Amino acid sequence: MILYILWLRQIKRYLRSKSRIVGSLGQPILFLVALGFGFGPIYAKAGGGDYLQFLAPGIIAMSILFTAIFAGIEVIWDKQFGFLKETLVAPVSRTKIMIGRTLGGATVATIQGLIVFIITLFIGFRPVSILMAVFSFVIMFLIAMLFTALGTAIASRLEDMQGFQLISNFLVMPIFFLSGALFPVDSLPKGIEVVVRIDPLSYGVDALRGALSNTAHFGLGLDLIVLVSFVVIITIIGAWQFSKIEI
Amino acid sequence: MTEIFSPTIIEVKNLVKRFKKVEAVKDISFSVAKGESFAFLGPNGAGKTTTIRMLTTLLDPTSGSVILNGFNVDKNPSDTRRSFGIVFQDPSLDTELTAYENMYIHAVLYAIPKDIYTKRIEELMTMVELWDRRDDLVKNFSGGMKRRLEIARGLLHHPKVLFLDEPTLGLDPQTRNLMWNYIKDLREKEGLTVFFTTHYMEEADRNADRIAIIDHGVIVAQGKSEDLKKQTNTETLEDAFLALTGKDIRETTGSDGGNMMKMWHGRR
Repeated sequence: MILYILWLRQIKRYLRSKSRIVGSLGQPILFLVALGFGFGPIYAKAGGGDYLQFLAPGIIAMSILFTAIFAGIEVIWDKQFGFLKETLVAPVSRTKIMIGRTLGGATVATIQGLIVFIITLFIGFRPVSILMAVFSFVIMFLIAMLFTALGTAIASRLEDMQGFQLISNFLVMPIFFLSGALFPVDSLPKGIEVVVRIDPLSYGVDALRGALSNTAHFGLGLDLIVLVSFVVIITIIGAWQFSKIEI
Repeated sequence: MTEIFSPTIIEVKNLVKRFKKVEAVKDISFSVAKGESFAFLGPNGAGKTTTIRMLTTLLDPTSGSVILNGFNVDKNPSDTRRSFGIVFQDPSLDTELTAYENMYIHAVLYAIPKDIYTKRIEELMTMVELWDRRDDLVKNFSGGMKRRLEIARGLLHHPKVLFLDEPTLGLDPQTRNLMWNYIKDLREKEGLTVFFTTHYMEEADRNADRIAIIDHGVIVAQGKSEDLKKQTNTETLEDAFLALTGKDIRETTGSDGGNMMKMWHGRR
């Protein structure tokens, strides 16, 4: 019941901020159109095939990443606008509070991913199998959980939004650009390849690509193991950081 | 009041809170009896809110101990949290939700049975005259309406101890009266203990059995209102307060609304 109410709160806040929903679709659409059609011909000439088939899962992962981190970072807003205090003095374990709101944030990010997925269909993306497309929703949720928990862990340690720019430029952007969302990871320079392999989003992008385009580089099995492990570890760290909040 | 014979519900011993440089609370001790109404007065920045934050598990003390309703606040935060309710000094509503949703979340967080909270939410929201506005988003409320909603919410789960940190700031006398009458009723019916801070001396005089005055992190006097007046040879509680805490204005910020985070961390 507690998990449900905290989950519901995140969902309601999301559904009420229509401008946020629409606003956050601008970027993925721009990326799909500009990169998809811009690089498409070169990609095909280089023997890569249909670039949109390659790019779409990466852009879906991108929108989940951004929405999820943002949902986690919302803890700072709650600190500043006070609602966090209301939950922290309630006779509920802080782990429950953290998990409830993380599930809510992750659901929101997954919905955002689904909307982008539907948009890619309109632009011309074709998943290879319907069954696997449905399975990709699970992968989307795992990516969403991972980064909502990460956002929560970071936000638990910050006082205000001043650190947000720092996180965005030195954490979120590198996670996205070095995940192989935009380029194939099979013939990269060694240094970059190492970074790509450390980046948890790489496995999310790869899993989506495996499920939607049947072109996983690391293999869907490994992707899922890595994703689930990251979700568990980061959620534990997030819950621990959250439980230490003093206001 | 027969506080000597009543069991103690809040026991604070040698409580200290040190932030990086400032010692906000310097070794204070006091106790509050079950059913008592206890006012905690002091100038801005005296350490009132810091003390309340320690008593309500939001802040770990540097040293000293707090026993609330038989539970060690530091070691057993969960049972402590079940025992008290609080109306914060600064806003703690979710402004993106409706007034009713804010009440409802509180009811669920405190595990109030459905038949009780349905009745109580209506009763309390009617009392603060927000029942007609229950489905409006809180962000469209005025400051006074938000305050009233916070008070209604703080009373929702009928706690053993109710903390009120300057609850009536910015409230009109009508609402202030209604609030104190509701609390009086709860004290009679359920033996509620009230711990409150205020800058309105006549409010403390009227609603507190006992008063403690804190200044610069130290309790400078405590007792009944008459005791404080006698002790300082003054006619009113306000004069007693001024005699005990001096007349110079404190530099720390006031306590109304807005973004409190930075102030909190600078506050003593």
